[in-house]
Amino acid sequence: MKYLDEFRNGPQARRLAEEIARVTTRSWSIMEVCGGQTHSIIRNGIDQILPPQIELIHGPGCPVCVTPLNVIDKALAIAARPEVIFCSFGDMLRVPGSRDDLLRVKGAGGDVRVVYSPLDALKLARDNPNRQVVFFAIGFETTAPANAMAIKLAKQQKIKNFSALVSHVLVPPAMEAILRSSGNRVQAFLAAGHVCSVMGYHQYHILAKSYQVPIVVTGFEPLDLLEGIRRAVSQLEAGQASVENGYERVVTEAGNVLAQTTISEVFEVTNRGWRGIGVIPYSGWKLNAEYAELDAELRFSVSNVDPSESSICRAGEVLQGSIKPNECAAFGKACTPRHPLGATMVSSEGACAAYYNYGRFVELQGMKG
Amino acid sequence: MCLAVPGEVKTIYVANGTRMGVVSFGGVEKEICFAYLPDLQVGDYTIVHVGFAISRIDEVSAQKTLDTFAELGLLDEELEELRSGDWLSQANSASLRVGEHSGPTAAPAAMRGEIIE
Amino acid sequence: MSRIADDPIENVAGSQPSVAQTTKVEPSANRAAVEMHEFSCPIPIHDHQHIIMGHGGGGTLSAELIEQIFLPRFGNPALYALGDSTVLSLPSSRIAVSTDSFVVRPLFFPGGSIGDLAVNGTVNDLAMSGARPLYLTAGFILEEGLPIDDLVRIVDDMARAARAAGITIVAGDTKVVQRGHGDGCYINTSGIGVVAAGLDLCLDRATVGDVVILSGTIGDHGMAVMSRRDGLEFDAPITSDTACLADLVQTILHACPETHVLRDPTRGGLATSLNEIANASRCGIVIEEQAIPIDSTVRSACDFLGLDPLLVANEGKLVAVVPEGSADAVVTAMRNHPLGSRAALIGRVVADEHNMVVARTSLGGHRIVTMPIGEQLPRIC
Repeated sequence: MKYLDEFRNGPQARRLAEEIARVTTRSWSIMEVCGGQTHSIIRNGIDQILPPQIELIHGPGCPVCVTPLNVIDKALAIAARPEVIFCSFGDMLRVPGSRDDLLRVKGAGGDVRVVYSPLDALKLARDNPNRQVVFFAIGFETTAPANAMAIKLAKQQKIKNFSALVSHVLVPPAMEAILRSSGNRVQAFLAAGHVCSVMGYHQYHILAKSYQVPIVVTGFEPLDLLEGIRRAVSQLEAGQASVENGYERVVTEAGNVLAQTTISEVFEVTNRGWRGIGVIPYSGWKLNAEYAELDAELRFSVSNVDPSESSICRAGEVLQGSIKPNECAAFGKACTPRHPLGATMVSSEGACAAYYNYGRFVELQGMKG
Repeated sequence: MCLAVPGEVKTIYVANGTRMGVVSFGGVEKEICFAYLPDLQVGDYTIVHVGFAISRIDEVSAQKTLDTFAELGLLDEELEELRSGDWLSQANSASLRVGEHSGPTAAPAAMRGEIIE
Repeated sequence: MSRIADDPIENVAGSQPSVAQTTKVEPSANRAAVEMHEFSCPIPIHDHQHIIMGHGGGGTLSAELIEQIFLPRFGNPALYALGDSTVLSLPSSRIAVSTDSFVVRPLFFPGGSIGDLAVNGTVNDLAMSGARPLYLTAGFILEEGLPIDDLVRIVDDMARAARAAGITIVAGDTKVVQRGHGDGCYINTSGIGVVAAGLDLCLDRATVGDVVILSGTIGDHGMAVMSRRDGLEFDAPITSDTACLADLVQTILHACPETHVLRDPTRGGLATSLNEIANASRCGIVIEEQAIPIDSTVRSACDFLGLDPLLVANEGKLVAVVPEGSADAVVTAMRNHPLGSRAALIGRVVADEHNMVVARTSLGGHRIVTMPIGEQLPRIC
């Protein structure tokens, strides 16, 4: 595919890695913010071709991982209702709530459907006027324009049986929270390219300046990631801390202004709990008062769920990069990809699941210690 | 966080008052919402996430990035060398002798990191 | 190509006319033994446009279904006899047996249908133990409301696949379940084949030093079905690879009689098959990701939905684990077969106490190839 294949060139990637090794003189810890970037790193083995001084810290940018437990429990309660068709993106289905996950609710009789786009949920509502169609509107800024549009169209077109369970999260406040935390080890960020395609990157200048941290807007293909790392390392080595755009073909400084306008019509900023991390001020979007009638939380009165997180799971500290997955007592014992306690063990790119597999591999290579 | 893929705009139309169209992702065609990119033209490439075009791909910038890589890049012979060092591609293209190469069982140089006890 | 040298089928039910006259009264057993010539059909089956409960009731409607849909398409002496069971003679006492149930949504997809899968799936399972498949049974569970035309298409596909595979369908059964209790049509097939003396193909025979050969592109079937799945539909020139692999297997065994393992990577994809081999053989497998043939449109579809092609289902591909010295001969032989034209050496068997499958990426890094925990779901992240 054009714009993919050129950015996956193996020999070129190895050359970029060599270039990174050439300019690296000491150890650096760089966080890739986005789960999609983590996925690409693991999938392509990018971390393994980097010089040993470069450590990549997997960031909190996996929307299913950080969706707070009480919201998951609300989703499970709504999805179990007989009148409801509950629509979700596929990656959310295995994320554990206090007791269940959506797949188990489906197994027990809930009508849970995987949709590709929020517009598919809207279509289901039109096609099933006698059912309540609830869309699980989660995600970062990238997904917000799509979710906002579906909600806006539902109101415009008076689709009364459609509602949304909204739990949007925002990247810049999370990056700032990481930088402020006492155990912070992050020295540079690869900013999430697709978030920036919507929101632009003007808001990062103040972060880079205040915390003296280089921020490189980075894409998702191997060459994009290596280029982001190369630029971050170059800045670190030169003692600079500015915002660079390494994903120029997709991202502009201003972002997609039209999308930002629709987002602000439908959502308003709120304090948001991040699973395992806690509440980060002004780090989320919720439906604004004008769209309250489409709020599934109100429609189904699920505000009184009583979530209980596993007492041993330390996914939050893993998400913030303050501990490694194997420092958690449950890791590989009570918590495995098959029986995940925390969301980071759910998908193969979740930090814990990735580590679980990777660790087995390292052991295989006889490089223990 | 966000799986978004580049595709080529094939058609543009209005459905239910919304700007929609078909995008081809390497031969895979899907109806996509163009509401957020009113200037998008047939033949343009766009980044799509959950059914929405969120950004037009700028060809000039893409080429510029690729040129940067090329500047760091390799001579063709070097590329060829890298390829032929690959025990399997060699095996698949000509002789099928696999024993003579160290093969992918050799520990990757950069494998490292915390080890799980 | 028929593999039945001389007609090995005896019909015992035919010698028991009293049995044959008894239309089965037990609920919905329509393997009813009905003498065709004595049976008069007052209502042609096509007066029903849909399957109704009565088609599984063992009475007149059941008989019509057999007479008008199954027999003309599967027709052979064993079936026409309509006995309660069929007696077969086999050219060898070393037999392979396999059974598989087929459920797929949608029933029809680009490149095939549940009918093709029901024949090829079981035939391929037989072939993976080196067997020459000979006979198949077919059990249908139909949902009330299934269009008769759909059933006809499915049965047509099965008959065509059976002819292509050179096997005979020697017994069958049909039940009907109430509307809402099935996805239109489920099929179970069981098969019997004969295995030549000396062949010993088994999942646990992969040996350190062996090479792993794949017969062609992966992911075609799974993505063809996905392209027609509710809610995820997309248009793409991707067709299922459903095919009978028995002849390709014979080609491989001819080139390398000491082949250690054959496996068809169906559900769970190549990743699952390789992990199964590694676990059973107590070894590791290292594959070269770049060497794995994948159709570019299939790759695009996987990129688009966020799926890993190594985990996507195939219905006409196989993995062969052979001694290194035979690699050349096997790949060459496969490439000369129409179902193996894109065969490739993709990896090799290594010593590993963790029995892991590791892929070397095009960048030169490594990743662990694990079995999917459940169904692969499209992701946004």
